[in-house]
Amino acid sequence: MATAQAETQTINPRIIVPFVDSVRAVFSTMVGVQTRIDRPHIKVEPTPTYDVSSIIGFSGDVTGLVVVSFQRSAAEKLVAAFAGQPVPPDSPDFADAVGELANMIAGGAKKHLGNMSSITVPSVIIGANHVVARLSDVPCIVIPCHTDIGDFAVEVSIKQRKPANG
Amino acid sequence: MRILLVDDSRTMRNIQRKLLSVLGEPEFAEAGDGLEALSLIASSPQPFDLILIDWNMPNMDGHTLVCRIREKDKTTPLIMVTTEAEKARVLEAIKAGVNNYVIKPFTPEALLERVRQTLEKLKAAA
Repeated sequence: MATAQAETQTINPRIIVPFVDSVRAVFSTMVGVQTRIDRPHIKVEPTPTYDVSSIIGFSGDVTGLVVVSFQRSAAEKLVAAFAGQPVPPDSPDFADAVGELANMIAGGAKKHLGNMSSITVPSVIIGANHVVARLSDVPCIVIPCHTDIGDFAVEVSIKQRKPANG
Repeated sequence: MRILLVDDSRTMRNIQRKLLSVLGEPEFAEAGDGLEALSLIASSPQPFDLILIDWNMPNMDGHTLVCRIREKDKTTPLIMVTTEAEKARVLEAIKAGVNNYVIKPFTPEALLERVRQTLEKLKAAA
């Protein structure tokens, strides 16, 4: 039932393209790795794609949330490349770095989504099978991202306020 | 040179610290939000020569911090370093009193260029 529902939902490129561009810019500029993007798809399961999640909320003209979900081993390597040194996964600095990567991805995309929106400071969850509650009326679109040092996914679950005059 | 780095991400402050170390071995102070920054500024025996400020932070955001600094201090160079890239936000920050604006993600060259540009402009005006 849920899968059939997902198949009937469409993916709005106006929402996805800003995130794809932002991911590429953040990882090439601040981490020094190139990102390959797979075909986005609608997500049905409530659990994030991987074990390390950074969550950013949107409010204003754009509402909802974005989760940047990393394979644990990928997060460790990407954080080390970003911070310029290895960061133990159990240290506060690890969550800080993961959160800052998500902050830059969401912030970079926000520019192209709506002038009057704001983003929250990131929250980071580390652990298998955690569940992120999302808006019930907004589909979650997964953008699979691959780098030479590991994979991650950007899960976009946002909606844009319709302009007053159509 | 004394530089205050204000960003809720310690990783980002470390990156900025490393990049700005080329500016003649500056002395750094760090704050994780606007309130902490105001407290450091108030207790500092001498004014900072440069302050880098993130926009989105808990407790007090960077825009509010810039407004609060400019209530008393019109001269210390302030650079906003943020993901907020909309034109309206940039104008808001300039109106509040920042001297320059750097959008994250940034290259090392871009950050250093903006910092040097800001310091040179103020030096020329003095």
